[in-house]
Amino acid sequence: MIAQASTAAPLTMDQLAAVIAHDIPEGSYVNLGIGQPTKIADHLPKDESGNVNVILHTENGMLGMGRKAEGEEIDADLTNAGKVPVVETPGCSYFHHADSFAMMRGGHLDVCVLGAFQVATNGDLANWSTGKSGDIPAVGGAMDLAIGAKDVFVMMSLFAKDGTPKLVQACTMPLTGIGCVSRVYTDYGVFDLGPDGARVRETFGITPDELFAKVAALQREPR
Amino acid sequence: MARTSILATTDQAVAGIEDASTILIGGFGLAGMPFDLIDALIRQGAKDLTIVANNAGNAEVGLAALLKAKRVRKILCSFPRQVDSYVFDELYREGKIELEVVPQGNLAERMRAAGAGIGAFFSPTAVGTPLAEGKEERTIDGKRYILEYPIRGDYALISAHQSDVMGNLVYRKTARNFGPVMATAAVTTIVQVNEIVPTGYLDPESIITPSIYVDRVVQTEARHYTVRGAR
Repeated sequence: MIAQASTAAPLTMDQLAAVIAHDIPEGSYVNLGIGQPTKIADHLPKDESGNVNVILHTENGMLGMGRKAEGEEIDADLTNAGKVPVVETPGCSYFHHADSFAMMRGGHLDVCVLGAFQVATNGDLANWSTGKSGDIPAVGGAMDLAIGAKDVFVMMSLFAKDGTPKLVQACTMPLTGIGCVSRVYTDYGVFDLGPDGARVRETFGITPDELFAKVAALQREPR
Repeated sequence: MARTSILATTDQAVAGIEDASTILIGGFGLAGMPFDLIDALIRQGAKDLTIVANNAGNAEVGLAALLKAKRVRKILCSFPRQVDSYVFDELYREGKIELEVVPQGNLAERMRAAGAGIGAFFSPTAVGTPLAEGKEERTIDGKRYILEYPIRGDYALISAHQSDVMGNLVYRKTARNFGPVMATAAVTTIVQVNEIVPTGYLDPESIITPSIYVDRVVQTEARHYTVRGAR
């Protein structure tokens, strides 16, 4: 097991996006969830035409999604899952919603990166509802994405605003999917998850020992 | 002789929609939303409707306008809450509209099943979550699934890019979204298109929705909106 931090300070979300982008194999079919994970696209290696080295899937029915559209490029018929206008890339394709989700559910996507409220060390994910009364429930494609890629990664801050860890022994918020997350990228470290618990791959600005003291879920049985 | 009717106005296209109908409405956010058919439906007056759509309306156009006109009793959708879904949000908080949240892929597949004559199907989506509560579960080859039933519409209101005179449809970019699935899942499918072209004009290899699924077509001026504040 590693003993030292890889960096002197915790990572910003932008730096974390760059770490994730580096870990995604070239040529992968990838879905980047709404929110922080969309930043990853900015850090993916690009070819001479400025196109990224992976094929981006957007749940509303496109493979080969390009960057955000600007000015004259904006076309109301072409948006990403966050409803932001985007552009095409060479070789892109369109398909209807049932095909788009069959593509996920059928295990054809290589990597999906999602945001999270909580992740449990066994891979359970909570990212669609805080469970607070009065909130209007909205799930979108979160539950389909959670179970719909060969590798499901989470990108999140390790601690909530109140300082409590978001990597937990068992999620207390409503679940999005069970045992579905294989790796969690956070500002303080990267963790591989599985039925046997979490394994620390790397830490940022904090040593693994310091991390175990702060995150109870990590203390139990680091493999 | 084609069975699809080409109509002159959107009012003719939505004629006869009864109170308490279940209506599938296409679009993802505002892309692909059949704005003109919805406006005609508001004029037509049908009420107590059950709507199936991905979202619950944006700003005060399209589906949001239908909600604002208080014609909708219940909405089945995957993602009601958005930056500009304030019409729905207020109705929901006042208890004036019923909401059933369905994961997006299950929503699409349940309509696909309806159109394809499938009685029900086992989906891995939502297993172990609050949205699986009360649903039949089965383990198949070691993997857990929940039973999902088809969603049928009395009507589907969708938009497409072009229709030929027979009712064969092609779509444009991500505005395709739910259109092809909803067209198969409703008793009567009503389509607004940017352009009606002669039969034989469309490349048969490129037709996405064959005419058999299409009942009424009306040509409208393309109206484009983007979601303000989307990021």
